Amino acid sequence: MFSLKVNGKVHQVDVEPQTPLLWVLRDALGLTGTKFGCGVAVCGACTLHLGGVPMRSCITPISVVSDHEVVTIEGLGAARLHRVQQAWIDHQVPQCGYCQTGMIMAVSGLLQRTPNPSDAEINESITNICRCGAYPRIRKAIRALAGANTGA
Amino acid sequence: MMKKSRRRFVIAGVLLGGAAYFGYRFLSKRDRLAKPASFQLKENELALNGWFKISPDNTVTVMAPRQEMGQGIYTALAMLVAEDLDADWSKVKVQQAPIDKMYANITLLTDGLPFDAEDTSYAASVARRVGYSLGDTLGVQATGGSTSVRDGWESMRIAGASARAMLIAAAATRWQVAASECTTSNGVVSHSASGKQASYGELAAAAVQLPPPTEPTLKERKNYVLIGKSQPRLDIPAKVTGEAVFGLDVRLPDMLYAAIAQCPVFGGTLKSFAEEKIQSMPGVARVVALPNAVAVVANSYWRAKTALLALPIVWDEGANAKLDSTAINEQFKRDLETGKAGSYRNDGDAVAEFGRAAKVIEAEYRVPFLAHATMEPINCTARVANGGCEVWTSNQAPSLVQWIAGKTAGVETSKVVVHTPYLGGGFGRRAEMDAVVQAVTIAKELNGPPVKVVWSREEDTQHDMYRPAAMAKFRAALDGDGKPTAWWNRIVGPSVTLSFMERIVPWAASDMMQDKTNAEGAADMPYEIANLKVEHVLSPTPIPVGFWRSVGHSYNGFFKESFIDELAHAASKDPFEFRRSLLQQHPRHRKVLETVAEKAGWGTPMEKGTGRGIALHESFHSIVAQVAEVVVSADGVIQVKRVVCAIDCGPTINPDTIVAQMESGIIFGLSAALFGEITIKDGRVEQGNFPTYDMVRLAETPTIEVHIIDSDAALGGVGEPGTPPIAPALANAIFAATGKRIRQLPIRGDAIKA
Repeated sequence: MFSLKVNGKVHQVDVEPQTPLLWVLRDALGLTGTKFGCGVAVCGACTLHLGGVPMRSCITPISVVSDHEVVTIEGLGAARLHRVQQAWIDHQVPQCGYCQTGMIMAVSGLLQRTPNPSDAEINESITNICRCGAYPRIRKAIRALAGANTGA
Repeated sequence: MMKKSRRRFVIAGVLLGGAAYFGYRFLSKRDRLAKPASFQLKENELALNGWFKISPDNTVTVMAPRQEMGQGIYTALAMLVAEDLDADWSKVKVQQAPIDKMYANITLLTDGLPFDAEDTSYAASVARRVGYSLGDTLGVQATGGSTSVRDGWESMRIAGASARAMLIAAAATRWQVAASECTTSNGVVSHSASGKQASYGELAAAAVQLPPPTEPTLKERKNYVLIGKSQPRLDIPAKVTGEAVFGLDVRLPDMLYAAIAQCPVFGGTLKSFAEEKIQSMPGVARVVALPNAVAVVANSYWRAKTALLALPIVWDEGANAKLDSTAINEQFKRDLETGKAGSYRNDGDAVAEFGRAAKVIEAEYRVPFLAHATMEPINCTARVANGGCEVWTSNQAPSLVQWIAGKTAGVETSKVVVHTPYLGGGFGRRAEMDAVVQAVTIAKELNGPPVKVVWSREEDTQHDMYRPAAMAKFRAALDGDGKPTAWWNRIVGPSVTLSFMERIVPWAASDMMQDKTNAEGAADMPYEIANLKVEHVLSPTPIPVGFWRSVGHSYNGFFKESFIDELAHAASKDPFEFRRSLLQQHPRHRKVLETVAEKAGWGTPMEKGTGRGIALHESFHSIVAQVAEVVVSADGVIQVKRVVCAIDCGPTINPDTIVAQMESGIIFGLSAALFGEITIKDGRVEQGNFPTYDMVRLAETPTIEVHIIDSDAALGGVGEPGTPPIAPALANAIFAATGKRIRQLPIRGDAIKA
């Protein structure tokens, strides 16, 4: 039995210690906004925030989560849309959209750490795969968000 | 010109011949307007026809007959209805339509049919008759071939216009005024003389009693409010919050999960497995044997997957256990020289011309098998209970899912309920029915609880229906002025349509048929060369092949646009001017080419180690040209800096979606050109997860500029046409930068090292 705090709410789950956080969220808690893409932490579709840091949840066993707070896409903009989500709408970023929840979690994590990232920093930290190729709009949206940071 | 060359395709897949049955002549406009029996109305909703529902609060819910996989089709189709309905766009929603013949994709069928509609020849009538029975069995509610807007353009606008006329008639009766004095705007009928107004929501109950006009007047272009003006996509808000439900997200009470292992060797079967080894593992409910696979069913996916990994399995690897890519390449090379070539185009006498030419140029090209690699791994959820069958799956062909699921479950087709959530990518992969058969078979065995079959990424990569590997040989003649006088192109490879039919309707599959997709983009190429011969040699392999974004165009575009570039250089001509000179009778193509050249700054000087390449390709009735700019380092590292794209797709519906689809198609094609390769060893695919089947990411993404040409031509598609030109534009740019000609994909650094 493991206890974990997701989006501000505490849950008890009866799973094996090696169970990845991804599958605990999806199958046990019904939070399907976090996606399965590769299972080897390469594509980034499963990105969420663990203790405030972007993390690929498909290889993160539940046993290491302990009291680190988990924030998923469902929690990111629970009260009102997060500014990254809003930028994704403004720039019409998603196509099929499957990878975009992970993309948004990765970008919101980057901007929290580095409010005005350079192109090189963006390239280095946003390595998520988008098969539809929404990348030009992703870059545009990140730049707009970074620009808003500088202006503020 | 187009019509003529289309006649040359002797016969395409009769699978697609169902157009004869579903064609406009057979399915009248009235039938297409009618309410289907399966149409579900919630409380307070009313339907004036089968294409949308109206609620009292003026919400219009459009029934989308096609599937949303990122191409923005829900929004574009809703725009068509809303335009001629004059609906309040802020209150328009979209819902996936149920399965009904009125939603058939007629354009997908007529595009596949090798005969002109007016062709009354015996061959044409036979093809149509065979198509009739197949089309009737299979239904054709499907998304593919970049057809959705083309198919919806007339029917969905008529639906809007017809309902608008009914709403006006209802208002006119209520107010005792002439209908001709009423106007509509934003979901409201107005009568200006009396100042009376009523919303569609208020009028729907009266309107529904009236007969629907079947030949309503459609809006003229100058009066469009929505069409041609970018509208934000209706599906995006739910896709940024995580609320959007994809196939893999379906959750049902008492649902079980299945992890699956398929025989790694193509054509192999399951021999045995040691179920007792995993029976006591947590959550394991059942192990189900399938002919070529074994599935572990458990109460969570992770438990199913963990147990599957622990399950000892013995495969019968069958006849292909020694197959490898080298053997396939040798087979193609042999068939290219000695195989039986089917003719797809034969103008003049190319062979005779080579004898008297000033210069003859030859080249051979090759491309590998490619996987679709949709981000949402293949999955399907099914329940078989109490004589019924229900399926939830992200798919491109709901009517095919219904038929296949029914056959598998032993349930009458009409009793199968199919739910189509959002698709996490399709690209042709989700027209395949393999996971449906698996899920329904397992659900039938479980006899009650629903089961979700989830493939791992490795299964997804290793059990795809691949874009065919192919080879092509070219020979061309130049006269003394460097003008091409003859062009001979022989392509070799397996047939997608045949492979698909062998899977879906094996009793109808026959290699006697010539598959149009084999030579698409090659046989119908626009360059005006008097003596022109295009052939294809069918060379099947045990590797299943399927529809992959732009299908035959994906390789013929690379072959043809690379070789025309070789000719330009052999003739010492500028590649842009050379192409342009061969398009005297093709003003649309010329304009697209000129536009892209101008916007890209074609001809302006570039630094050493950089290059610019151009390509022009028509597919799915749209013409696209691209210019790629590359930097190549001394050790062969390629960086694509910028891509400029021009498209003429006829009238535009949602321009921002066209831009997005060009960006998407370019990046999809770049991934293939730079990384994509499926190779075979010991009868199995060597690649597995993304580390071995890589693709373009943000860091490799060039700047992309898209220019849409305002055009009155017939509607073309946009989902696929962005892909074919990018590989040749890139290869031609590399030639410009390095003098090294790329004749094989993916592009390898060692092929262009200085």
